[in-house]
Amino acid sequence: METNTAILLSMLIPAGATLSNIVLHNRANLRDTVTLIAAIATFLAVLTILINEGNGTTAPLVLFEVLPGLDLAFSVEPLGLLFAIVASGLWIVTHIYGVGYMRGNKEGHHARFFACFSFAIASVMGIAFASNMFTLFLFYEALTLSTYPLVAHKGTPEAIRGARTYLGILIGTSIGLQLVAIVWTWTLTGTLDFTKGGILEGHIAGPMVAVLLGLYAFGIGKAALMPFHRWLPAAMVAPTPVSALLHAVAVVKAGVFTMLKVGIYIFGIDFLAETGASEWLMWLAAFSVIAASVVALTKDNLKARLAYSTISQLSYITLGMALATSMGVLGGGLHIAMHAMGKITLFMCAGSIYVATHKTDISQMTGLGRIMPITFGAFLIGALSIIGLPPLGGSWSKWLLIVGAADTGQWVMIGVLMVSSLLNVAYLMPVVARGFFLGDTAGAEIKESPTLVWLPPALTAVGCVALFFYAGDIQAFLAPIVER
Amino acid sequence: METEILHHTRASFQDHLPVLVILVPFLAAPLMVLLGSRRLSWPIAFGASVAAFGIAILLLAKVIDGTEISYHIGGWAPPLGIEYRVDAANAFVLLLVTGIAAIVLPYARESIKTEVPVRHHTLFYALFLLCLTGLLGVVVTGDAFNVFVFLEISSLSTYVLIAQGSYRDKRALTAAYDYLIMGTIGATFFVIGLGLLYMATGTLNMADIAERIADQGGNRTVRAAFAFIVVGVGLKVAIYPLHLWLPNAYTYAPSAVTVFLAATATKVAVYVLLRFMFSIFQPAFLFEVNTLEFIILPFAVLAMFAASFIAIFQNDFKRMLAYSSIAQIGYILLGIGLLSEAGLTAAIVHLFNHGITKAALFMGVGIYVLRSGGSFLDDIQGLGRVMPLTSAAVVIGGLSLIGVPGTAGFISKWVLVQAALEKGWWPVALMIVASSLLAVIYVWRVIETLYTKPPASDVIAGEAPLSMLVPLWIMAIACVWFGLDTDLTIGASQTAAQGLLSGSAGMR
Repeated sequence: METNTAILLSMLIPAGATLSNIVLHNRANLRDTVTLIAAIATFLAVLTILINEGNGTTAPLVLFEVLPGLDLAFSVEPLGLLFAIVASGLWIVTHIYGVGYMRGNKEGHHARFFACFSFAIASVMGIAFASNMFTLFLFYEALTLSTYPLVAHKGTPEAIRGARTYLGILIGTSIGLQLVAIVWTWTLTGTLDFTKGGILEGHIAGPMVAVLLGLYAFGIGKAALMPFHRWLPAAMVAPTPVSALLHAVAVVKAGVFTMLKVGIYIFGIDFLAETGASEWLMWLAAFSVIAASVVALTKDNLKARLAYSTISQLSYITLGMALATSMGVLGGGLHIAMHAMGKITLFMCAGSIYVATHKTDISQMTGLGRIMPITFGAFLIGALSIIGLPPLGGSWSKWLLIVGAADTGQWVMIGVLMVSSLLNVAYLMPVVARGFFLGDTAGAEIKESPTLVWLPPALTAVGCVALFFYAGDIQAFLAPIVER
Repeated sequence: METEILHHTRASFQDHLPVLVILVPFLAAPLMVLLGSRRLSWPIAFGASVAAFGIAILLLAKVIDGTEISYHIGGWAPPLGIEYRVDAANAFVLLLVTGIAAIVLPYARESIKTEVPVRHHTLFYALFLLCLTGLLGVVVTGDAFNVFVFLEISSLSTYVLIAQGSYRDKRALTAAYDYLIMGTIGATFFVIGLGLLYMATGTLNMADIAERIADQGGNRTVRAAFAFIVVGVGLKVAIYPLHLWLPNAYTYAPSAVTVFLAATATKVAVYVLLRFMFSIFQPAFLFEVNTLEFIILPFAVLAMFAASFIAIFQNDFKRMLAYSSIAQIGYILLGIGLLSEAGLTAAIVHLFNHGITKAALFMGVGIYVLRSGGSFLDDIQGLGRVMPLTSAAVVIGGLSLIGVPGTAGFISKWVLVQAALEKGWWPVALMIVASSLLAVIYVWRVIETLYTKPPASDVIAGEAPLSMLVPLWIMAIACVWFGLDTDLTIGASQTAAQGLLSGSAGMR
């Protein structure tokens, strides 16, 4: 199959799944099977691209010209391909989990749920393969809008309030800041194509570089950089599969992915390093890393704790970009995959606990680990990966980030990463410890959750281990993005 | 021999297009009244508007490359005779007006059945065509006094059309009356301005006036004329402090009338403003009197924020959209106020894009009124589930109003922000995006109401009739289409902006 066909298919198949969900809305089994097939097909389409192109870069596939010089265009490059592989691969796992969760938990409106879910994936593919900032922005907004119904899914006043915060912050930052940044870039350079080495050099100088970077950094609200992070905890009212895929993988990763894209292909790492425009961003990201972890310590609700953990982990990636060194950027890119695998495991475990016991607070989870060993075992592995201990994937991205910080002589940043690891231990380990070691096995009626619910997190936990051994390959795969 | 004759007639038909676009609806209106047949009135009205649309397409195709057509009524050469003049600017507006008319009429058929008594239907369609005639005449003519005549034709028929809403809500009568008073004041100001211009130049042909006042920038009569004309037309445009007639008129008029007026009437008035400012008074004059920077621009910004704020607090969806229209006119004026090619292009593009966006939204409202009996948020709550197709189209329209990428509204916003940045007007660019965030709030209020609340118990279940859904979806698809393919909109707007900015050179 041609690469360009595969790119289009990777967007059209999930979009088609949206339609099939609407058409087959009252034939549950058929509908969910069709979506599963679509998820697998999307993953295969992305794999085809990987086989065809490796870590090469393709010429843009221009669909049409929207404004003079501004195309709706797609192309493949290593970072985007990695993001697409992660998102489409985890879609399969999450779909299976989602079917189990939605049925096991007796949630309503399944067709609408899976329709929006599929559309969100189509948008993610558009983001991953966008060959210019304009196309990326279009799908970025499509992702925000298609996930809104998912956040508001329960329809309770609390869910609607959460969804309102979600939409308000994401749309507010993207239109209010990011759009201005994009149009500004366009007026300066006359192009928005993602170009190796950036497009801004020679068009802008002095403190304005930092201002423009600020418009991008805060405008990409999905990266949850403080102080625009409130939407993430607010979005946790969504059903857990949404939190798992969208808020551990697709939406937040779309944010940091855009951040990396802007850093690498709009500004250019060297340009950022020369001008020092990203230094303030580095400090802010470091603050986000620590502050969000501290807040996570105070949360008793498991999903809220994980949400703040996500904010902290996302800032690792922003930090990697802001270091403006190749190791930092590679570490950030690698962390997209590592954190995705680890965090989705944790979220699916949280959902699994909820399905089995309807418990959301950590303080109520005493002794549950002994009843639900698989769920809590997977949680332990995911947590260790987030903390960054070998032999789990998360250790490598943290390692690269530390190397990057050392490269630039930012010793404080090394300290920040270390302290953050300790904080990770402090807020994740008690959950496991409480589950396995504390209290007595209360409530004999509680059982391990249904197979469809515990199996996916078990699989991704295995994935966390596997990533440890393949990290070198991924790093080599990403290497071209920082080649001079 | 025969072929030659054929060739001759075809050529002459082509030559008469500028007057035919007006004559078709103008003659169809009395025809249907004289025939007096209720069954025939709708087909005649529809046929006339489709014919006008076809002519508008032919005209635009001729002038989109920057050429101009000058048509002399009765063969009398200007400046003695009346001249019709078509260039990219007005051909584009013609396309919008006739296109909307051709799409609104099928929609109107079902809609007015419940809103206007059957015995008035023939007159309703006749007035509709007269209003269309007036709007088209304003756009196509190259004679300043002729603008006034056609403006009155459209205004008078509009007053009656709005008053037709009184069968649903008696307040339509006072709304129409308000509009009558204010519209007449506007028209009076306008004609006083024309009188002053005539005094200063002794001619009424636009190109001729332009030529004669070119070196009279300091002349007080000319300046007074300018002031009167801007205020007079400003009332019709609903520039912010002169907008008071608009919310009631839009809210209480029959749904189909609101759709038509919102998408066309204010847009035509904006066109008149553009024509007078740039083609008659010339950009150089505008620089000299500083009107744009000190009057148009501040009021544009005021409209963007004040009207959007008011829209947020409306509980009537239709009224909310009316206030949103006032805010959107602010964007158009802002584009004009930038006084650059990019700014004017943005203004003209938005004129078109906002026209189709609002048409889609008001059509949606009309369908809700038909099915649930009102347009208050309480009436429409939960209709997202009962009427999925209508509501989906309304959501698309709403997204276009916000300016979400992939919709027509986004293109407007993009070129407008770009125009502001090009000038280095930072705060203006930020204000544009900030005010579109206000649009997010009021649009989302409606979307939440539609989808997250249970439907009221007395709602008639089911979708709207197909004859209303199809026009609605044509508009909704147009919102997306023109958000992705901008060859027509940006191309025509750029040509128009260039023509307008070249001042009298464009008229000669």
